[in-house]
Amino acid sequence: MMLRIALPLALPFAIVAVAFVLLSQTDAYIIRLATTFGMYAALALAWNIIGGIAGYPSFATAAFFGLGAYVTAVAQNLGAPLLVGVGLAGAGAALFAGLLGSAILHLRGKYFAIASLVIAEVLRELTNSWTSVTGGGMGINLPLAKTTLLTQPQLYLAAMLFLAAAATSASMLIDRSRLGVALRCIAQNEDAAQIIGVDTRMAKTWAFVISSLFIGLVGGVYASWVTYIDPTDVYDGAMSVKPILMALLGGVGSVFGPVLGAFAYLLLEELLWRNLLEFHAGILGLLVVLLVLFLPGGLSQIRGVGLVSLPKIWRRAP
Amino acid sequence: MTGTLLKVEGLETGYGDIQVVWRADLEVRQGAITALIGSNGAGKTTLLRALSGLLPLRNGAIFVSGRDLAGASPQQFVEHGVAHVPEGRRLITGLSVHDNLMLGAYRRKDGKQAIRADLERMYALFPRLAERRRQDATTMSGGEQQMCAIARGLMAAPGLLLIDELSLGLAPAIVDQLVTTLERVRADGTSILLVEQDVGIALELADFVYVMDQGRTVRNGPADEIAADPSIIAAYMGT
Repeated sequence: MMLRIALPLALPFAIVAVAFVLLSQTDAYIIRLATTFGMYAALALAWNIIGGIAGYPSFATAAFFGLGAYVTAVAQNLGAPLLVGVGLAGAGAALFAGLLGSAILHLRGKYFAIASLVIAEVLRELTNSWTSVTGGGMGINLPLAKTTLLTQPQLYLAAMLFLAAAATSASMLIDRSRLGVALRCIAQNEDAAQIIGVDTRMAKTWAFVISSLFIGLVGGVYASWVTYIDPTDVYDGAMSVKPILMALLGGVGSVFGPVLGAFAYLLLEELLWRNLLEFHAGILGLLVVLLVLFLPGGLSQIRGVGLVSLPKIWRRAP
Repeated sequence: MTGTLLKVEGLETGYGDIQVVWRADLEVRQGAITALIGSNGAGKTTLLRALSGLLPLRNGAIFVSGRDLAGASPQQFVEHGVAHVPEGRRLITGLSVHDNLMLGAYRRKDGKQAIRADLERMYALFPRLAERRRQDATTMSGGEQQMCAIARGLMAAPGLLLIDELSLGLAPAIVDQLVTTLERVRADGTSILLVEQDVGIALELADFVYVMDQGRTVRNGPADEIAADPSIIAAYMGT
């Protein structure tokens, strides 16, 4: 019983700690790549909680990411230390998700997808016009974090890897919990879930809140990392699509699929897109087509069958 | 044995702007099998959905063992001992029979031992499910899926089991088997409210019958009395 809880809590952090020790002394390019991987993995894992396990295809990732980034930016400019700023980003995104959830989580399938899609647009416009606080379209600068032990790149590598590990732990715990059973049931057949007495509204809201918490935290760390953000950058629609692609690549609904997918996606991004700048969007489209072909049921019926069938082994029945 | 388990008064419900049930009054007695019959579109399924909290009420009251559950959520209905076996069965794809049954016990708080005992009871009640306990539930035959859906409902340890369309699409031999099983379920202490299109089956199985027409409960009476009524025979038995 202790192991059931302790293992998911400890294992991802142990792996990440080893990875950090190995990577932190390498050159700047590798560190940057590894930091991006941590960010992608955390985002894909977070999306997977609501989009994969609960089967609610959320396109609101960019909204929570951007919100987290701006909350951190504003808080740090008001003098909050890095840790507080990032914490506020997570809390803000989670709170917003809780409120938003009660408004859009009763929509199912593509209706939910469309509703979630507009959130980022609305927030971007708000950010654009609230110039006195957000700097509007000019963007906003963040102060450099004060570090003594680590260099700046090392600090953000550690932060992103930590978030990836935390998101993995959370996914593993959810997978083993009553909430996980409820969410998988909802993904399969929400009517049936209601009939057996699952409080579907609560379960969905929790999934949305936990997912957004991580996305907000990642947004906060990202803003501090790049030290300058503007609305088109952090509320970019691609930020909503990328985690979905990663999860689809790796295996939607499985616990480790998104991590694998994030790695595969980063590889594609680095190897293919750098060499095919012109055709970059084409590749993205092709990828979507291929994934949809492998997923005849479409997004509303997503299951753990991606290009890679390996995650199927990982996918445990609740 | 004679107490009232479920009492419905002046219930009105529907979907969005469309009202389907205009006035339903009915009573389910402890230990009885009560049937709700009526033609297609009379509002039987809609009424049943309201009786398990899946649809909000527009008007009226629902009392379960004397407790007012109007406006309660589906999980509250389950907690107060009302389990719903939906039309079309709604089993969970990709899960074994065993897992589907265990999901039925999702809301129970009386411990693993009691749940395990009930699981064994289900396998005794439906030996076919015991044979197929490791199989994906939705790959079974229609009759077996119906058994699984009924057993899943019973795993919630309900006082009242609502069954929507018991016989729909099933072979007569399977239906006979289900009828026998439901009589055992009743004998074990679970009352049943059955929605059934096949009036012959409903009259055979039930003690008491309600007739629904155009969103209203228009008649009721003991099954043998309804069965002898010439107007019912003319309207629903096709003779």
